[in-house]
Amino acid sequence: MSGILNSSIGRKFAMALSALFLMIFILQHFAINILSVISPDAFNEASHFMGTFWAVQYLLQPVLIIGVIFHFVMGFVLEIKNNKARAISYAKNNGAANSSWMSRNMIWSGGFILVFLVIHFIDFWIPEINTKYIVGDMSGTLPSGEFRYHEELVHKFKDLWRVALYCVGFVFLALHLLHGFNSAFQSVGANNKYTKGLKGFSKVYAIGVPAGFIFIAVFHFLNH
Amino acid sequence: MNLTLKIWRQKNASDKGKMVDYPISNISPDMSFLEMLDVLNNELIEKGEEPVSFDHDCREGICGSCSLYINGEAHGPDRLITTCQLHMRTFKDGETITIEPWRATAFPVIKDLVVDRTAFDRIQHAGGFISVNTSGNTIDANAIPVNKQDADDAFSAATCIGCGACVASCKNSSAMLFVGAKVSQFALLPQGQVEATDRVLNMVKQMDEEGFGNCTNTGACEVECPKGISLENIARMNTEFLKASLKG
Repeated sequence: MSGILNSSIGRKFAMALSALFLMIFILQHFAINILSVISPDAFNEASHFMGTFWAVQYLLQPVLIIGVIFHFVMGFVLEIKNNKARAISYAKNNGAANSSWMSRNMIWSGGFILVFLVIHFIDFWIPEINTKYIVGDMSGTLPSGEFRYHEELVHKFKDLWRVALYCVGFVFLALHLLHGFNSAFQSVGANNKYTKGLKGFSKVYAIGVPAGFIFIAVFHFLNH
Repeated sequence: MNLTLKIWRQKNASDKGKMVDYPISNISPDMSFLEMLDVLNNELIEKGEEPVSFDHDCREGICGSCSLYINGEAHGPDRLITTCQLHMRTFKDGETITIEPWRATAFPVIKDLVVDRTAFDRIQHAGGFISVNTSGNTIDANAIPVNKQDADDAFSAATCIGCGACVASCKNSSAMLFVGAKVSQFALLPQGQVEATDRVLNMVKQMDEEGFGNCTNTGACEVECPKGISLENIARMNTEFLKASLKG
């Protein structure tokens, strides 16, 4: 068991597990965000629960942050190692003949997602942490007494540049997931009679979830 | 056919190497790719120049010796064949064909298009075998019942000829399709169970020590493999490795 992370397969397995965890998180994030379109009250309730429940805040949130950091750091470490494995490049390489663009450019789609994530954290996560843990306001309400979550979300999407940026970010997320979803299952050893069905589901997830996030951003922009 | 060949020339392992253009004419579309290189080499020898070194042996797609990266693909643009099975009719008259050696740090170039693939031998030595009593009490292989699907999958994995096209095609120079096939062909059979734990751990350890990259599941290896070795073998190796790691 010792040294499993020092092996190529162990690293691949850990990368896949962190990816599967992040994909579950993204789905949960989407499920709550879509409530902002369907029912602002339900969105407020769900956001307040997620933002104040101790298990989410003190157990799941740190695990999520560690998962995100691990996934990015390991991704870049593996990319550096892989580049070393081919010190001299081909004069002519027809990668498109045998693999998808998404699979060959995970580091680029991942890099753009990282940039997007930094902006997203500055937009939402840091102000949230500031309000709750620095200012010490755990009420989740505006001075009017109403919940602040829906108001804050809608307010962010009044700017066209931010909506456009989020749309680009989600396109890169879709490109990343189009390869990453299925790849994670292959890495944990799941390549069997269910693989074909899984590939179909992975496309639905990889396109459907980012498209849903884009819909939410555009919906709030147009409703201003 | 009249063609222009862009070929990697490198005097020895320490030479920097470069691409060199060779115009070649009167090539029959029915020639194999290696026969076309033979024609080129005859011309070079007649001109007093050094012929192009390239690996070849059986010339019938079995030995895994030939190893050319042609127009950006391992064994050229056709599928499920080795370079020796590639014919000139695949190319167009007047075309420029780029010919390079396998590129991987673990497969250093020895000369021109010849690379050192002994890294694969060392991986095989680390665990690609089973222990069988050959002292006169050998049990008939047919006396051991094997599930038909397992037997077929093991046979399919065993068709890997170790040419290295998987490594050459992979953007990460990963050897996981090769090692996955070699692990699978034994892991699926009762005869391979005795050394199953040590085999996968030792072969993966050797693979990592040789400097091959990490698999990112692009699937390029499966597409370019002349024997159609499936990615399922990599998934099986991953499972075997994790099981063995937990045991060990």
